[in-house]
Amino acid sequence: MIEIDITKKLFSAQGEFTLALQLSIEQGEFISLFGQSGAGKTTLLRCLAGLEKPDGGTIKVNGETWFDSRVATMLPARHRRAGYMFQDYALFPNMTVRGNLEFALRPEGDRKRVAELIEMMGLGELQQRKPDTLSGGQKQRVALARALAAEPKLLLLDEPFSALDHTTRVRLQDEVMRMQRHYGLTTVMVSHDISEVYKLSQRVLVIEHGRIAKQGTPAEVFKAGQANGKFSFAGEVLDIETADVVFAVTLLVGNQVVRVIATADEVKSIKQGDRVMLMSKAFNPVLVAVGSL
Amino acid sequence: MDYDLQPLILTFKLAALTTLILCLIGIPFAYWMAFTRVRIKPVLETLVSMPLVLPPSVLGFYLLLAFSPQSAFGHFVETYIGIKLAFSFAGLVVASVIFSFPFMVHPVQSGFQALPRSLTEAACTLGKSRWQTFVHVLLPNIKPGLLAGVVLSFAHTIGEFGVVMMIGGNLPGETKVAAIAIYDEVESLNYAAANFYALVLFSVCFVILLTVYLINRKLLMKIG
Repeated sequence: MIEIDITKKLFSAQGEFTLALQLSIEQGEFISLFGQSGAGKTTLLRCLAGLEKPDGGTIKVNGETWFDSRVATMLPARHRRAGYMFQDYALFPNMTVRGNLEFALRPEGDRKRVAELIEMMGLGELQQRKPDTLSGGQKQRVALARALAAEPKLLLLDEPFSALDHTTRVRLQDEVMRMQRHYGLTTVMVSHDISEVYKLSQRVLVIEHGRIAKQGTPAEVFKAGQANGKFSFAGEVLDIETADVVFAVTLLVGNQVVRVIATADEVKSIKQGDRVMLMSKAFNPVLVAVGSL
Repeated sequence: MDYDLQPLILTFKLAALTTLILCLIGIPFAYWMAFTRVRIKPVLETLVSMPLVLPPSVLGFYLLLAFSPQSAFGHFVETYIGIKLAFSFAGLVVASVIFSFPFMVHPVQSGFQALPRSLTEAACTLGKSRWQTFVHVLLPNIKPGLLAGVVLSFAHTIGEFGVVMMIGGNLPGETKVAAIAIYDEVESLNYAAANFYALVLFSVCFVILLTVYLINRKLLMKIG
């Protein structure tokens, strides 16, 4: 059980604001911090890891005080046993993959754990390679394995999948989920990808301007107001063509180009380059399983 | 020909000892400078860089005053530590360390500063102490900087003339290094001997610097 109640002044492009968060996290829970960049998500993560100091408040983990501004207590990061996965992975360039994992072992740690993690994460082929020779997805797996090698009590993930392509991302999300379950790890992840948050977390905190704006299960947070049999996507108009009496509009939705039919009325109000909402009723959707992506 | 190897041996002994001492104090100092937030940091950086711009005679002059047994510092060192600094090999070592300090500190400090902060932070979250992080993570990742620091300190000490002239004088086997010997031989019109010392210094410095550039290119190619 982690109890957090902290404040910290932050400086962003929009000016100064105060991060003021109050939350508790259950043992073994997977929590996501969702929100725009600069809202204070990473700062909270860094405060939890002990890499940054809140201005005031307390952080208590399983009854142990990690931070308390009233009695000026701050447990150093190296005593917190909080595994942190950095956005740039922060692998040690001078060590091999195996070396990175072995370095992370605790003094009383069992070397078998390294072998176990290499096996579980499928790093066998890579273990003698240096980080510079790995792809983004491989580096990410090593970073996760290294964080786990140190037997953390808490896992902190800072936008772990943001730099990866879609397929790698989905595979690694599964990996993270499997590891989190396997070790029963309390996990906090920063993300601004809804599908990732949906898939991995049990609870989402939407953070806006340093405050918790909304929280609940991903279903509660993201479905609210939309669970009415309709779905919508934001898109950009790439092209409008005439096809007899109707119009064919080419749209960019996410990173997919789609072509839809529009009526003359609809086309009247849009032009090339406009941002539009593409909505559809859910009574005749086509659902196709995409296999084991 | 009437030249001996003593000035050359003395030169390399001085350079080696200076470099060793600089490794021991310069590298930790560079680490501290890279990450400290003390207010007087600009002042310290200026002081470290002073030997780069000052005429060696200025530094030599003040060191001579400080080393003299009549000064408080010189007197203290001579009475309590038992080392005579003025016109002695020990004095040359102290002066060389000060004189070559920026050549060790600058490349090493930039090396530390160029490392991503997340490396230190990662080691920290993995439960590693500052010392473990320093030895196993930071130092091995600034090898080009360390190499540059060691080589430049060594080569710069070999090339030192003005400071040695001011505080060392010209005592054979004690303070008469090769650079001084060359001057000495030229003054007595003994060009052959001067040429011998000069050629050795030229070749050694050339080989050392060439090695550094070759190694650095290899390191860079490995990274790039």
